[in-house]
Amino acid sequence: MIWQLEIIILVLVVVCAVGALAVRDLLGAAILFGAYSFLMCLLWAIMGAVDVAFTEASVGAGVSTVFFVAAVFRTSRRTRD
Amino acid sequence: MRRLGLITAVLFGGLLAYATPDFPDWGDPRSPASTHVSPYYIQNSLADTAVPNIVTAVLADYRGYDTMFETTVIFAAGLACLFLLRNFGPRAVESRLYRHRPTGITLRIEQGGDLPENSAEFERIDSQWVPYDLIIRCAGRLVLPFIQLFALYVVAHGHHSPGGGFQGGVIFGAALIFYALSHDLRSTLGHLPEARSLIVAAVGVLIYVGTGVLCLLLGGAFLDYAALAGLLGVDPVMARSHGILMVEIGVALAVTTVMVSLYYYLATAGRLDEGL
Repeated sequence: MIWQLEIIILVLVVVCAVGALAVRDLLGAAILFGAYSFLMCLLWAIMGAVDVAFTEASVGAGVSTVFFVAAVFRTSRRTRD
Repeated sequence: MRRLGLITAVLFGGLLAYATPDFPDWGDPRSPASTHVSPYYIQNSLADTAVPNIVTAVLADYRGYDTMFETTVIFAAGLACLFLLRNFGPRAVESRLYRHRPTGITLRIEQGGDLPENSAEFERIDSQWVPYDLIIRCAGRLVLPFIQLFALYVVAHGHHSPGGGFQGGVIFGAALIFYALSHDLRSTLGHLPEARSLIVAAVGVLIYVGTGVLCLLLGGAFLDYAALAGLLGVDPVMARSHGILMVEIGVALAVTTVMVSLYYYLATAGRLDEGL
């Protein structure tokens, strides 16, 4: 695989992970976590684990983001810490 | 607390990074994982099960017992969310919003008012009111059949391509959640009420376990699909392929309905009346 592409995706994964932890707006954190899952899905696909990538795309980037947004909708949008 | 968490995370992250070089290289053919059982699966899975996708063969046949309990875990997670989040308490009837269909006028009916429930002219809308959007509704209705068809394809075609019961089930559940998002939760609940959804989840687990017990009754080992050959009228190798499909359908049913029920509880705070 093209190693430059892998480096870019890896850096973006770390950026998304740190951003999801650091951001104060929980809705933003949920969306960043979805982006993180999607980038992880790309990494799995690059490494040839296509079934894992498929699961990550459907569960991580798809349904769990919706669950997070639904939970934020029913609770509060701001963190206290 | 935040500082403590940061120190812990950095410490463990450093430890993991320190331990990483001891792992065998990625894709190393001499690593223990690649020399122990993997060669057997790679060489024999097609001849044993007639399933070209080795991952599916390993997941649902060689390690079928493991996957059975994974399905049970998902079912148990759905039940846990039922007990934690479901709110059966009596609900204070506040004012409700209704739309008069022919004119598009929105009415607010205060507490104690006469509710036009079951009237064809009035349509109940959520109190956290989302404006009626024709484009979103129609686009949702157009896309939905294709998502559901793709989900069924993923379940049925898991033998040949990536996918299987779990992924297909999640996609089907996502399609139903999408229906709730593009219309409203009550229309999804009309198609798949909560009780029916949980029963179907239990039926999915039961299909998986039932396939195993059926093999046992027909003289094989538990989840040894080759024993189904006589029942299905095919040779033992194809019987293993068909057995995989049977358990994948069970997994798909359980996963779909658990995902949808989780969405019901989260989006409505356990009330199941109105939500996102």
